[in-house]
Amino acid sequence: MTKDPISPEFRTYLYTCMVRIRKFEEKITALSQESERMRGMQILATGQEAVAAGITAALEPADVIISNHRSHGHLIARGADMKSLMAEIMAKETGVNGGKAGTLHLAIPEINALMTSTVVGAGPPMAVGAAFAQQYRHTGGITVVFFGDGAAAEGSVHEAMNLAGVWKLPVLFVCENNCWAGAQPHDVHCATQHIFKRAVGYDMPGKSVDGNDVEAVYRLAMELMEHCRSGKGPALMETMTYRMRGHGEQDHQHYVDPRELEMWAARCPIRCYGKQLLDEGILDEGRIRSIESDAETEVAASVAFADASPYPQPETALKDVFVQPPIA
Amino acid sequence: MNQKTFGQALNEALAIALELDDTVFVAGEGVGISIHQDPNMPTQGLLQQFGPGRVKDTPVSEAAIAGLAVGASCMGLRPVVEIMFFPFITLASDMLINHAGKLRYMSGGKSSFPLTVRVKAGSGFGAGAQHSHNLEAWLAHCPGLKIVWPSTPQDAKGLLLSAIFDPDPVIVVEDMMLYRMPGDVPAGDIRTPLGKARLASAGTDCTIVAYGSALHTAMKAISPLAEQGICCEVIDLRSLVPLDKVCILESVRKTGRLVVVHESIRFCGFGAELAAMVAEEAFDSLKGPIRRVAAPKIPVPVAPTHEAVFKPGPQDVIQAVRETMGKRALS
Repeated sequence: MTKDPISPEFRTYLYTCMVRIRKFEEKITALSQESERMRGMQILATGQEAVAAGITAALEPADVIISNHRSHGHLIARGADMKSLMAEIMAKETGVNGGKAGTLHLAIPEINALMTSTVVGAGPPMAVGAAFAQQYRHTGGITVVFFGDGAAAEGSVHEAMNLAGVWKLPVLFVCENNCWAGAQPHDVHCATQHIFKRAVGYDMPGKSVDGNDVEAVYRLAMELMEHCRSGKGPALMETMTYRMRGHGEQDHQHYVDPRELEMWAARCPIRCYGKQLLDEGILDEGRIRSIESDAETEVAASVAFADASPYPQPETALKDVFVQPPIA
Repeated sequence: MNQKTFGQALNEALAIALELDDTVFVAGEGVGISIHQDPNMPTQGLLQQFGPGRVKDTPVSEAAIAGLAVGASCMGLRPVVEIMFFPFITLASDMLINHAGKLRYMSGGKSSFPLTVRVKAGSGFGAGAQHSHNLEAWLAHCPGLKIVWPSTPQDAKGLLLSAIFDPDPVIVVEDMMLYRMPGDVPAGDIRTPLGKARLASAGTDCTIVAYGSALHTAMKAISPLAEQGICCEVIDLRSLVPLDKVCILESVRKTGRLVVVHESIRFCGFGAELAAMVAEEAFDSLKGPIRRVAAPKIPVPVAPTHEAVFKPGPQDVIQAVRETMGKRALS
């Protein structure tokens, strides 16, 4: 698969990746109606698939990502096993974190998905630490941290960008600007229309991109990651996208103008890219149907696996607090 | 034995750790070039010895300092970061409490955070409440964090070295009022195990548990008490989490009495946990009421006359021991 220049094979990969993420999250939406099977807060990134697919496609194996409460797409795109991911979201023993993470705190270090945090704005300072470790050990790797436009209001994000700027750390700050912070639209929670403009304050490059255009996301990610890899320090990338679901599956978006949702639905990154690939003859209708059906089969298998898995044994609730437990 | 001050002992521990293990680095506000040129400051001279790659001055940015430690430790380094004054840990607390303390558990044991946070603490130097506020009970309440608090130069070195090489996040509280205190400090890589209290003085009539500066307050009380015919056993806790329950319970079962001494606020203070633990686990051994000697629930004052009200002294310890012995106050 040639990534650059973008080959037909790679474009098919980007499309397939987005479809797999969408089908996975659509299943979570459906399961969320059944509290017996899907507990907890399910917070989805439906509509933001192009960011997950485009950014992670630009990563090298040694690179690290740090995600947030909308992590499913990042993790699937980074290579998470869908069965153990679904099992974890359903809090089962066979989940990637043994049922202790649930949907919100997924950590899969084996695919270099180092951590997720649902404390919005907490990812960037931790990314500074991870990037420092890469710089300190001369691994050549970089750290990518995903945060939202709402999280950008947290002081920790500013502190992290400042330290990364001072120490020239190899970290790419990726702001997924999805237009909403809880029930507050961007202009109510943010003094500037564009988060990327803050980069100048930390002496790093900052650029914005159409976050629903997967190839544009990929190209800008490659450009800014090259900057990070070159030793010149951090970069800030803002992807302009949209949160099609609410803040969580319990949020039915009563505060959103339906015309806004329609407008963004028409800009769906998967539908638009699928049409483009059809028009350019990269894919045909049959291939698109088979990509969708393969994804549905994979998702169904993950649900069957999770359904068949037990909840963790009660006694394991007391484990994993410390590596070396207190002697007392 | 070498004679070292408490601050020099900490400095020696940091130098040994940096020497021993390339994954150890030191970071914080002024840990390299400090406004203080004082051999009793724990990070004095480390920058010159180990260079700016290992000893990192940071911006005034506690959340970023703590985030640096969390992210770097998760990647396998052993960060040793400094929070300049204990109250400033509130600015770093999200990273420590919600992340270092919880992410190992939430990852199902896949992530580890072998980080050390050195916190400068204490009261009694007239700096006021935003530079003096001991928050150990607050941190001890939170799962996933270990907390040690040395009272002697030897333990300052031994506990810091143990903390740095412990696989979990450890908060090392350094009582600034002790930095200039001299003591015997063994040379080389000495380790004081986490979770092991120290018998500071053996006795038969009443157990006094203390840590940090309060340990010395307690020690000043035992001679006058001995003169009154009360022989106290003093336990230097050294480690709040993990807690050496065995040592405390064995002592209370022997003496039948417990007095806890700390410089932090009494209400919901760490002494409340010790009192409750002993009441739950050794109630039948108790011959008198448990007493806590601690600070009133006020911000740390500045005026020396006010500070004296805040900070427990030997007389407060004597009074508490006499009360638990069923003796009236001395007039």
